[in-house]
Amino acid sequence: MLYARPRCLDAGEAALTVEFGDSVDPAINARVLALDAALRQSAPPGVLETVPTYRSLMIHYDPLELSRTALVAYVESIEPAPGTGLEPSARWTIPCCYDPALAEDVAIAAQQLALSPERVAQLHASADYRAYMYGFAPGWCYLGGLPAPLAIARRAVPRPPTPPGAVLIGGGLALIGANPMPTGWYVIARTPERLFSLPRDPPFLIEVGDVVRFESIDAATFATLGARAARGEIVARRATLR
Amino acid sequence: MSARLLVRSAGPGVTLQDAGRRGHLRFGVTPAGPMDAGAFAAATVAAGARPDVAAIEVSLGGVELEAQGEAISVAIAGGAFEVRCDGRKLPSACALRLEQGARLSVRPGPAGAWCYIAVGGCFDLPKVLGSLATHTRSQLGGLDGRALRAGDVLPIAHLSTAPASPQQILAPWLARPDAPVRVVLGPQDDYFTSRAIKSFLATTWRVSARSDRMAYGLEGATLEHGKGHDIVSDGVALGAIQVPGDGRPLVLMADRQPTGGYPKIANVIGADIGAVAQLRPGQSLSFAAVSIEEATAARRALRETIAKGAQLVAAPGDLSSEFLLSQNLIGGVSDAGGG
Repeated sequence: MLYARPRCLDAGEAALTVEFGDSVDPAINARVLALDAALRQSAPPGVLETVPTYRSLMIHYDPLELSRTALVAYVESIEPAPGTGLEPSARWTIPCCYDPALAEDVAIAAQQLALSPERVAQLHASADYRAYMYGFAPGWCYLGGLPAPLAIARRAVPRPPTPPGAVLIGGGLALIGANPMPTGWYVIARTPERLFSLPRDPPFLIEVGDVVRFESIDAATFATLGARAARGEIVARRATLR
Repeated sequence: MSARLLVRSAGPGVTLQDAGRRGHLRFGVTPAGPMDAGAFAAATVAAGARPDVAAIEVSLGGVELEAQGEAISVAIAGGAFEVRCDGRKLPSACALRLEQGARLSVRPGPAGAWCYIAVGGCFDLPKVLGSLATHTRSQLGGLDGRALRAGDVLPIAHLSTAPASPQQILAPWLARPDAPVRVVLGPQDDYFTSRAIKSFLATTWRVSARSDRMAYGLEGATLEHGKGHDIVSDGVALGAIQVPGDGRPLVLMADRQPTGGYPKIANVIGADIGAVAQLRPGQSLSFAAVSIEEATAARRALRETIAKGAQLVAAPGDLSSEFLLSQNLIGGVSDAGGG
């Protein structure tokens, strides 16, 4: 639910959480991104860094340069035009290999969802996702828009570190991993793309708010694109929308 | 020969840190940086370095370094660690010139968990995403994104020289009064019962053995959630006190993830987080709630004190004879609690 007025919550004296709602919802996230965009365009001096998440924006600030009162007044003065932040700036097509040899957890996930592994792949590749936020580790991108039949609870016990470029589902959401990490989510595919790569410029690809779609590729294409990505090439496709 | 520090030995958790990796939190990048920013500032400023350069953060594992190539000036500040140069005992906070071949050892002393060794000049290593700060979990920064180990060589550029005789650093902010740690309640204090908030502020907590650069675990009470323990993930600030499902709080430190999905009952204020960092597992602490205005005033006071700078005075001359005497009287026993 979108709140009538945003809540300004203190995370200590040097960070403010501006919360727009209580759920994972594109309209709430749009308000987060609208405030984020306004702050990135013309932040009052003393704003250090912003972190957009599903339903709130964390503003890290220097309280000796910018008082909380002035910051809250600034936040409340930003009245985005209806629809602002809802329009994605880019659409990404992410190559994604659902080959069972790479989809380490698809069998167990499919069983729990009462679907065939092929159906899991089909459904996963059929949706438009919204990049809501990053978290957990560099380049780990959380996506909303997972088809309802794929909603699966997170594991009680984390699985061992993921392979690079893991494509995961869990907690009713989708996720693209970057570097290997242990996780409570299920690996149902892999992408040859690297959402975080050094020293590639830019090191990160997807901006929060972007639309993401997965394109099914076979194992041979995965290998070819993986080799190109290893050379620093961007193998996902980006279309500018506005 | 160019100047460099050879790591002769390093316990676990000794890393290179600068002021931290900024500007990439939105992409899931941990800021890292020093556990005790005040001590880090004391060391870097006393070494004549800019406050944004890197220093070696010494853990309870301790470290031994050797100056190679040229004489290297260093400054050491942090917890009450035991500092020795070629066996000579020095004050815990000191600046000195390491002659070529000199060996500096910094090991845990009577108190404190972290200590900083800054050099006059800077470590000549590549920055990653604008920073040298080591985050071992995501393997970024420092030396190949990992902790230092025996045999590592740290090249130093823009070398500046220090006086030959050791000096003691007098930095008043390094003395931490034995007072409750100040917190601002929230951002999710409404997720807890009023009994849990009271218990949080009344309990004498103990730092658990499950503590590292990412988080310090607290033991002493179980805090009851009023509205469940899962929230929609949101941003996490330095010093956030997160309470997962088991009701046992975690203070999130320099290596925290930039976002998290557990309710945060309170946030340690900026002026006090360094004091929390210097607690060792088993030591106790309690919390007192303050307003944003009080937290900001404490932050201002600390920053002004640090801006006035540290005083450097000649290191007491009798330390080495005192050291020798203690060696004669009690043999190696003084080292028993270290490392």
